[in-house]
Order: sequence, then structure tokens, then C-alpha cells
Amino acid sequence: MDGTAVLGRIYADGETVARQGDVGDCMYVVQDGEVEIVAEHDGHETVLRSAGRNEILGEMAIFEHRPRSATIRARGTARILTLDKRNFLRRINEDPSLAFRMIETMSHRVRDLSAEVVELEERLRAAGALVR
Amino acid sequence: MIARRGESNAGASDGTSVAADDAVLVDGSRIAVLGGGPAGSFFAYFLLDMAARVDVRLELDIYEPRTFAQPGPTGCNMCGGIVSETLVQNLAADGVFLSGEVIQRGIDSYMLHTDVGSVRISTPHAEARIGAVHRGGGPRDVTEPRWESFDGHLLARALGVGANLIGSRVEEVGLVDGRPSIRVHGQEPRRYDLAVVATGVNTSLLKALEGLGIGYRRPSLTKTLIREYHVGAEAIRTSLGTSMHVFLLNIPRLEFAALIPKGDYVTMCLLGEEIDNALGDAFATSKEVRAVMPPGWEPEARSCQCIPHINVRGVEKPYADRVVFIGDSGVTRLYKDGIGAAYRTAKAAARTALFEGVSEAAFGRYFMPVCRSIRGDNRIGEVAFRLTRLAQRLRILRRAILAITIEEQVRGRRPRLSSILWDMFSGSAPYGDIFTRMVHPALLWRGLLAMPGALVGRTASTLHERSTGG
Ligand SMILES: Cc1cc2nc3c(=O)[nH]c(=O)nc-3n(C[C@H](O)[C@H](O)[C@H](O)COP(=O)(O)OP(=O)(O)OC[C@H]3O[C@@H](n4cnc5c(N)ncnc54)[C@H](O)[C@@H]3O)c2cc1C
Repeated sequence: MDGTAVLGRIYADGETVARQGDVGDCMYVVQDGEVEIVAEHDGHETVLRSAGRNEILGEMAIFEHRPRSATIRARGTARILTLDKRNFLRRINEDPSLAFRMIETMSHRVRDLSAEVVELEERLRAAGALVR
Repeated sequence: MIARRGESNAGASDGTSVAADDAVLVDGSRIAVLGGGPAGSFFAYFLLDMAARVDVRLELDIYEPRTFAQPGPTGCNMCGGIVSETLVQNLAADGVFLSGEVIQRGIDSYMLHTDVGSVRISTPHAEARIGAVHRGGGPRDVTEPRWESFDGHLLARALGVGANLIGSRVEEVGLVDGRPSIRVHGQEPRRYDLAVVATGVNTSLLKALEGLGIGYRRPSLTKTLIREYHVGAEAIRTSLGTSMHVFLLNIPRLEFAALIPKGDYVTMCLLGEEIDNALGDAFATSKEVRAVMPPGWEPEARSCQCIPHINVRGVEKPYADRVVFIGDSGVTRLYKDGIGAAYRTAKAAARTALFEGVSEAAFGRYFMPVCRSIRGDNRIGEVAFRLTRLAQRLRILRRAILAITIEEQVRGRRPRLSSILWDMFSGSAPYGDIFTRMVHPALLWRGLLAMPGALVGRTASTLHERSTGG
């Protein structure tokens, strides 16, 4: 954290910002520092990715009323701003362009995930584990 | 709707086009933005950003005579400097990051002060959701600016996406063959496809625009008062802290009074009917203000003072063919979140101009609904402020308000009144929404229960001590 942000709230290293399984009513924008997105499954944790300044997180909660699919945790000290779901949806209703960046973020993620699927498939094929 | 130059949009098959023949923005269209305050810069930034997404190259000039980095009134667009919770969140969603180089202090709570005690209202999770800024280079006596001007920051963003800055005051606006022509001192007029008026209300140009024959009538205004006091960051930390301090005092003509902590300065902001110096002095020397300011502070030792106008009733028709009025020169929110309203009207105008056209019909259909929504909400706001005025006059009401808020903040009861006060002070919710919650039966019932205590004059100062843990 370089200490140049003053908005949002400070989270200590390892502190949970949002927990997998909770039903979220907000999303987050990182103001300073870094967070990691971690999926827990059968007692194992997989770090899906990390996110830094100005990145949007937890945006699925804005559109779905379902439990969060991953945990967001501070990696080092981080400063995070919360965006409330209800107010945000009301504002998108007046100004649909507010959603441009979120859609952009989601589309980047789909692109990254597609690339990952291809890479994993190739690795499995190379290991001879994929039978068509 | 967007069309390339030479392309006709006549006979659009979807039947939704309202643009007159060529009243659309195309590659090379020229746009003049009059004023580089928040409204002008937001318009330029979002228009050029959206145009880039749809591959339209526009030429956009911002006319702004101020140098925002300059300390004192010449570099400043005079305001309390609160960037509201809603605007902070909207800009974060838009990807516009506001760093601590611009935001001098993150505000995480409000302190409500009355003659019968005080109470703190905090944000959920004690999060700093509001920003305190200086609009220009800071008060007159700043020698080495430590923070960037908010308006300068937004203007730089607009220039960063391709806007041109013309550092002159617009002296004349004309219409030649239905297209705007703009003249600055000592130069030939320039022709444009669209003129966006974002001059705010503290300018004589608006009077001249009434003579343009487009049906524009200036907004109704009233005078306000702002004073800046240098007290130093350390003294602010130990006195005002990260709270905005709002006062409900029985001073005639005063609708809203606040002390806003910045980096090294405290801004005193008074809104109401024709606020003057005498009223400013009455407020500054009140015991409630002295109790909040650091020990040894002198009300006379101010760094800066200004008496700007504020728009209290928006324009009926803030648009015409190829001309649109955004921010304070058009429609804004009553007393609160003017920068947020500038953002809303600027974006609505930018969306309309790019996607629907620049004709009067297009602005009427796509831009006006946002202005209408703000204007309609202001009417409810007027009623809500009348209720606040009642509380200013009636001590029993102030006691009840304080008692209920303290109950909510300390005992963790559902924050019905706290959320109303928060939204009212911070401008975070529409007035209509606030008003509905004000007349909620559960709150009225709580009010009724608080009345006996308020009647016997149970002192709120003891309640305050409980609330702050003192
Ligand atoms: C006392 C007071 C306190 C306030 N506090 C707050 C607050 O805490 N938070 C908040 O959100 N809002 C607040 N407001 C409201 C806020 O200041 C305005 O809503 C906001 O500044 C509107 O932005 P704007 O861009 O429309 O106009 P302005 O900020 O007034 O900017 C207009 C720009 O146009 C330029 N200009 C003027 N004439 C010409 C010309 N002829 N040619 C070229 N350029 C020109 C000016 O130099 C200026 O830069 C307050 C207002 C007052 C009066």
C-alpha cells in the first residue's frame, strides 16, 4: 500500500473483505494495496487471482441473489471502498453507462477464463489425461 | 443517434430517431464547452470516452479562464468541497480514481450539534465514504499547495482524453444559421455544432444567454457564505477528526451550517436565505462552534471568505437546438451534492448528444427526464428542509431527534432516523426517498415515545457522553 488513498476502509493483512457463501449486497473497488480472491472447496483453498488499485470486485452480487462464489481477502494492508447494491442498481437505471466498466471487467474475466480453459486442456492433453 | 458526416439518418427504420436532419455528432463535429468546472469537465470526459468506444472522433474545446492551481478566489469555484457518498461510488464504478492527492480527508461520520447536545452518526463499517476537497488551489494564504485542486484534477482528466483547453472567458454566444458561435476577447467568433453551457451561476454570461431567443431563463439564486480557517492538520485530527460537523441551531434564515475538515483548513459553509456577514459572525461565535473548533481558535482569524450564489430553483427548459445547459447553469440539487448533480446532468447530456443527437427534441426526450427528476425531487426537498427548520425552532423537537439518534447509534437499534439524517446531510439519497422514511409510522411512533423525555428536558449532553463513550 502506498498510502495515497483516503477513501474506503483499511483492511489488515489476511482480513476477510467478503466471505464465500455469504449473500452479498455490495461490490468493492480497491483503492490501495492488494487483495486476493480465494475459492474454498473441500477444505482446500485455491487462489484464483489477485486485484489491485481501481479494480472492481464482487460485482456478481450486484446482479445475482446468490451466495458469493469466492472469498476476498487483503494481501498486505489494503484500502477498499464499498458500493451498495440497491443504490447502484437505482443509478444504473438512470445512467446505463455506469455499467460499461463493470461489463468490461466481466468480459475481461470471461476472456481470461477462456484462455485458462484452453491452457488447462492443453496441459491435460500433454499429460495424456484427456481422451476425446 | 450517431451518423458519419454525409450519412443521412432520415427514415431511420426503428422510428425512434428524433434528430433533425444533421443534428447528430459525427467524425469531426465541433463542440464548445463553456466552463471547465465539474459539469464542463465531466461532460467532456464522458462524451469523449463514450465517443471513443463507438469510434467517433470529435473536436471539443473547453473554455475556462481560471487557473485552478492558483490559491485564493481566482482559482476557486467556491463551495463546501464535499464529494458526496453517491458521487464517490459512481466515480469509482466509472473507473475515476480519486487519490489522497485530491481528496484531503476521507469523511467517515457526521456529528450533529444542537444547543441541547451532540451525536455522532457513523457510516456502516466506519468506512470513509465521502471526500473533502478544495475546489481550487486552496485559500488565499496557501504558499505551497499540498493538495491538487479538485476542479483542476477533473479538467486534467478531460484534457487527458483529448479535450482542448482555451483559457479565456466566453464573452458572446450567438447562433448563426442555427449553429452556435462563440467569441472570446480579441478573437473572431468560432462556429460549433453544439454548445454546452457549464458556466455555473456566478457569471454574467447567463443574463446574455437569455437574449439568445432560445427560451432560456436563468435559475433563481440566493447568497451563501464560505469561510476558510487555517488550523493545521494535527489540530484537526484532535478536534474535528474525520467527521463533518453539522449544526441545527436556532439562527434565523440559516437552513444548513457545517464545518468541514480538510487537510490543514476547516471550511465553514452556511446555506439559507440571503446569508450575510452578520449571520456568519453569529454562527462562528456561537458556543456550539467554539466547542468543536480546536482550543485557541479565533473566529476573526480567517484565511478566506466568499459569498457565492447558489441555484435554488432550476431552469425550466435547459436545452434548445444545439445548446444544452448542464450543472448549476441548468438544474441542480437543492443545497446538496451540487457536484453530483453536475455529474448527472453532464452525463445525461453527453449520452443524449452522442447517441440521440443534439436537436431540441433529442434533449427534450433524453436529457430532460434527468433534470425533471432532480427538479421534482427538490420540491420534496423543500418540504424536508421546512421540517428541519421546524426542528431548528423547537427545542423539544431537537431533544427528541437527539434522543432517538443516540438510541440508534449507541444501542444499535434499527437506524431509522440516523439514516435519514445521514442522507439529508450527505445528499446521498433522493429527497423523495428521505421524505418517505421521515413519515414512516415506526419512526413517528419512536418520536412519540421520545416526547415525554424531551418535554422534561432530559439533557442530551449526558446522552452525548454515552454516545461517544466519554
Ligand atoms: C456555499 C456553497 C457550498 C456548496 N457546497 C457543496 C458541497 O459541499 N458539495 C457539492 O457537491 N456541492 C456544493 N455546492 C454546489 C457546487 O458548488 C455546484 O453545484 C458546482 O460547483 C456546480 O458545478 P458547475 O460546473 O455547474 O459550475 P461551477 O463550479 O460554478 O463552474 C463553472 C465554471 O465556468 C467558468 N465560467 C464562468 N463563466 C464563464 C465564461 N463566460 N466563459 C468561460 N468559462 C466561464 C467558471 O470559471 C467555472 O470554472 C455548494 C455551493 C455553494 C454556493
